[in-house]
Amino acid sequence: MKSLEELKAIREKMQGQLGLRAEDHNHIRVVVGMATCGIASGARPVLTTLSNLVQEKNLTDKISVTQTGCIGLCQYEPIVEVMAPGQPKVTYIKMNAEKAAEVVERHLIGGHIVDEYTLNSADIK
Amino acid sequence: MMPEISLNILDVAENSTRAGASLVEITVDADMETDRLTVIIKDNGCGMTKEQVDRVTDPFFTSRTTRKVGLGIPFFKYAAESTGGSFTIQSQPGVGTTVTAGFVLSHIDRMPLGDITSTIHTLVVFHPESQFLYRYCYNGASFTLDTREFKQILGDVPFNTPAVSDYIREYLTENKLETDGGAIY
Repeated sequence: MKSLEELKAIREKMQGQLGLRAEDHNHIRVVVGMATCGIASGARPVLTTLSNLVQEKNLTDKISVTQTGCIGLCQYEPIVEVMAPGQPKVTYIKMNAEKAAEVVERHLIGGHIVDEYTLNSADIK
Repeated sequence: MMPEISLNILDVAENSTRAGASLVEITVDADMETDRLTVIIKDNGCGMTKEQVDRVTDPFFTSRTTRKVGLGIPFFKYAAESTGGSFTIQSQPGVGTTVTAGFVLSHIDRMPLGDITSTIHTLVVFHPESQFLYRYCYNGASFTLDTREFKQILGDVPFNTPAVSDYIREYLTENKLETDGGAIY
């Protein structure tokens, strides 16, 4: 069985590195819909991918990945919303892990919205 | 419909966190001898009134205002009952809610348990405001994950710190493998 000793070692290592996670005004918020509609259409791997990539690329001080409930657009799930300060909210629809990785690369890091995945580009009737 | 039982568990437990639960207890118990998989999700959230409980398995009832259907509980109930299993939900305002689903393991309509490790990892890492007590049993062997123990060790180090998040995933993966020997069902 995996022991809690390892966790203690992590705690030792992390001490002193904290206190820098201020939620300043330049924070980009990435929100994944995790209600029944989102989960059923595959939101869990999308959330995991976004969170893992943000951590791997050491972006946690600039970007926070969180989850939310249903925003009422169930037919477009999995939905990812990106809220950057001073910019209009971007809503990505019908996401999957690959598209999520692309959004991290091109939008969150590169600063360019991936237009083809957004709600605006969908043909809404 | 959800493709995996573990996604139903994620969905129902998300409701627990949204009900303001400070503690969510999740039990997954598979027993090949009795041919039974039992899933229990118990929370100490705000609970539901008797009227709400009576209607919660109705797909056209929800307390949400963003849409008019509420499919989470009906999906879970149907998934269990279609295997010849059982489903109950008990709730009391101010006390909490307990959802219990029993599946007949060998039934052809039983969906796979799926990636339960990812479900628990997602819940634990993304809900720092709730504590989780997860118990996984397979043919009598078992392990538990208690976030209260983790928190005691970690203090103010958050669960979404990369090293901690990785540790939690490894804890779940390794202990599950030791408990069920890598059985897929």
